[in-house]
Amino acid sequence: MEKWRAADRLLKFSSSCKSKQGKYFYSVATTVHRNPLFSIISPDDISYFKTLLGERGVVQDALALDAANTDWMGKYRGSSKLLLQPKNTEEVSQILKYCNSRCLAVVPQGGNTGLVGGSVPVFDEVIINVGLMRNILSFDKVIVSGVLVCEAGCILENLISFLDDEGFIMPLDLGAKGSCQIGGNVSTNAGGLRLLRYGSLHGSVLGLEAVLANGTVLDMLGTLRKDNTGYDLKHLFIGSEGSLGIVTKVSILTPPKLSSVNIAFLACEDYTSCQKLLLEAKKKLGGILSAFEFLDSDAMSLVSSTTFLGTENHGQEVIKDKHGQDFTSIDLRALPLEFWYSYASGSIFMENLEAFLLHSVESGLVANGVLAQDINQASSFWHIREGLPEALMKAGAVYKYDLSLPLEKMYDLVEEMRVQIGPAAKVVAYGHLGDGNLHLNISAPAYDDNILAKIEPFVYEWTSKNRGSISAEHGLGLMKAAKIHYSKSPETVRLMIDFDYCVFELLPDTSCLDDNHSIICLCLSA
Amino acid sequence: MKIMVAIKRVIDYAVKIRVKPDKSGVETNNVKMSMNPFCEIALEEALRIKESGLASEVIAVSMGPTQVVDTIRTGLAMGADRAIHVDYPGTLYPLSVAKILKALVEIEKPGLIFLGKQAIDDDCNQTGQMIAGLLKWPQGTFASKVVLDKEKQTAVVDREVDGGLETLCLDLPAVITADLRLNQPRYATLPNIMKAKSKVIKKLTPEDLKVEIKSDIEVVKVTEPPKRKAGVLVSSVDELIDKLKNEARVV
Repeated sequence: MEKWRAADRLLKFSSSCKSKQGKYFYSVATTVHRNPLFSIISPDDISYFKTLLGERGVVQDALALDAANTDWMGKYRGSSKLLLQPKNTEEVSQILKYCNSRCLAVVPQGGNTGLVGGSVPVFDEVIINVGLMRNILSFDKVIVSGVLVCEAGCILENLISFLDDEGFIMPLDLGAKGSCQIGGNVSTNAGGLRLLRYGSLHGSVLGLEAVLANGTVLDMLGTLRKDNTGYDLKHLFIGSEGSLGIVTKVSILTPPKLSSVNIAFLACEDYTSCQKLLLEAKKKLGGILSAFEFLDSDAMSLVSSTTFLGTENHGQEVIKDKHGQDFTSIDLRALPLEFWYSYASGSIFMENLEAFLLHSVESGLVANGVLAQDINQASSFWHIREGLPEALMKAGAVYKYDLSLPLEKMYDLVEEMRVQIGPAAKVVAYGHLGDGNLHLNISAPAYDDNILAKIEPFVYEWTSKNRGSISAEHGLGLMKAAKIHYSKSPETVRLMIDFDYCVFELLPDTSCLDDNHSIICLCLSA
Repeated sequence: MKIMVAIKRVIDYAVKIRVKPDKSGVETNNVKMSMNPFCEIALEEALRIKESGLASEVIAVSMGPTQVVDTIRTGLAMGADRAIHVDYPGTLYPLSVAKILKALVEIEKPGLIFLGKQAIDDDCNQTGQMIAGLLKWPQGTFASKVVLDKEKQTAVVDREVDGGLETLCLDLPAVITADLRLNQPRYATLPNIMKAKSKVIKKLTPEDLKVEIKSDIEVVKVTEPPKRKAGVLVSSVDELIDKLKNEARVV
């Protein structure tokens, strides 16, 4: 009987309405329609929310709404008229309960740093921003790794500073840390720069609290390292991009801060050497290696040519110094470059690291490189790698693809894309080489459908053919929801859809689907 | 002409400093140590002068316990030709450092001494001036630009002073201390790190140099600065004016 009702809803959904709302898409080929089952916000709704959240919690100011409606890249723009800012889980629960009863579509929002249009409304959904829920609830450092329990709106950088004082670190780190929130990180299963050593959030999140579409609060906020009592449902929330519920609290394992940290910035002749270097590094420095990133020479020249590195002079000098020293005889343009970041303790670590690096230079694996001598130099190296997304934004229009590919094939795609695109745009590649994750960016002076036509579906088909993932860590969002079939079999997608309906079906009082652009909904329309 | 550069090993600039519970000093156990940033700038300037052909060799000098050798290695990896380590396990205050440098100058006879304007751990800003006094050499401190003239044997130094920039012309040999804007220090490249392994670090003690270390200064107590009080959010202009008038009493 349940299956019948699921099928019935399926039919209702796909016979969606005629009018397509105007959008600012630059990469979605499919059209999305606003489901007429969802209500429109009324003045009664506004007064209810004002009573529930107070004046401060209800935002209708045009400027604030504009910021909340637009994603970080400026590619996706919704038309929401209402932004809600709950202060605690109870308020989130009341909001969702109410929206469910009124059939109002909602979109959960955190730091709004997502890159696939998953953090902003597609149409006029109510935006539920958890940014005000930013308390650190507890920190336990009795066991070797600390356990941090905090609310979903805590900014990652703030958590990092807090833990720094205690002698611990977060298991993830990304360029967006100044704005991204931990709830969003967990909901999108963010990868980041440290995955190589600390693994994904599926391993480091010990528990979470989430609110379901009908307002039910699901308390799975354990702090236990081991708990095999039934299905571990939190894993479904991690990476579900808010489609199953809004994460309100997170409990996460925090590794100890190690005393010796160093970073080397190396230049290799070609991609094959980069690969070999990774393998050698994993073998010889396994325990010490913490991150292994790469960027190609196009990425390097982009970052140094924008005034991003500080004053123009500073930027030029950084590169000039390296030119002046030993780079003069090698054409920097031709080299892919990399980063390495290693942790361990004491001088044995430095000796091991230096010995390995010098051996790599001698054997020709590494053409040249620099080793940071103090923390500031280390930060400036990270600045270069973490600043790439921003530098790309400043350079004009950017088409961004986040792919997991077999290591040997990774750069082949970059080179084929260059041939495919021709002189119309620049192809810039960088990424978490240690995780097999390529960030392919095509930088053009302006958004142009002709360029887009050359990129898609070529990039997805190439990835699919090599059994890669069309979204390694960014998620599906609006950008790639309809493309899920490139990386997941139809049976798997079917089961996801069935499961999603089951969740909503089994919730008492669910009158309609919330979360207008949940990934499952879009998979349906594809 | 030889250039001697004095470098100091200090707590890394980016580290959060903690005061020891007994208030006798700052916590240095398990804390990252690096070359003093101003010393890096001084060494960089010396290397540039050598690379432009106006000097024959750059000698890096550092004083302190064995661990200081790590910092000396960084200096060699940046490009110094050789180094001298004056081994002394205790704390050295600026006057002692200046006396040791004077003894080294009498041995090495450099044409120019470069130092950082101050160390970031004690912020003394005294060593450069003291060594100039002991040697009776001219000094150009807080240098933001240095131009050497080989023929005239002078150095034209732009100094950063409170009122702006002051330009001095010094006869060599002279003492110059580096300020922040003098240059941007280079990174240590792997080939240079490799070359540094075969460079010589000569070890000496204050006794070898016939310098007696006695200090007239004793650190009595080290405390943290008072914590900044949290701000208060006001909800209207009237409330702001009320607070400024009645609580802060500034209107």
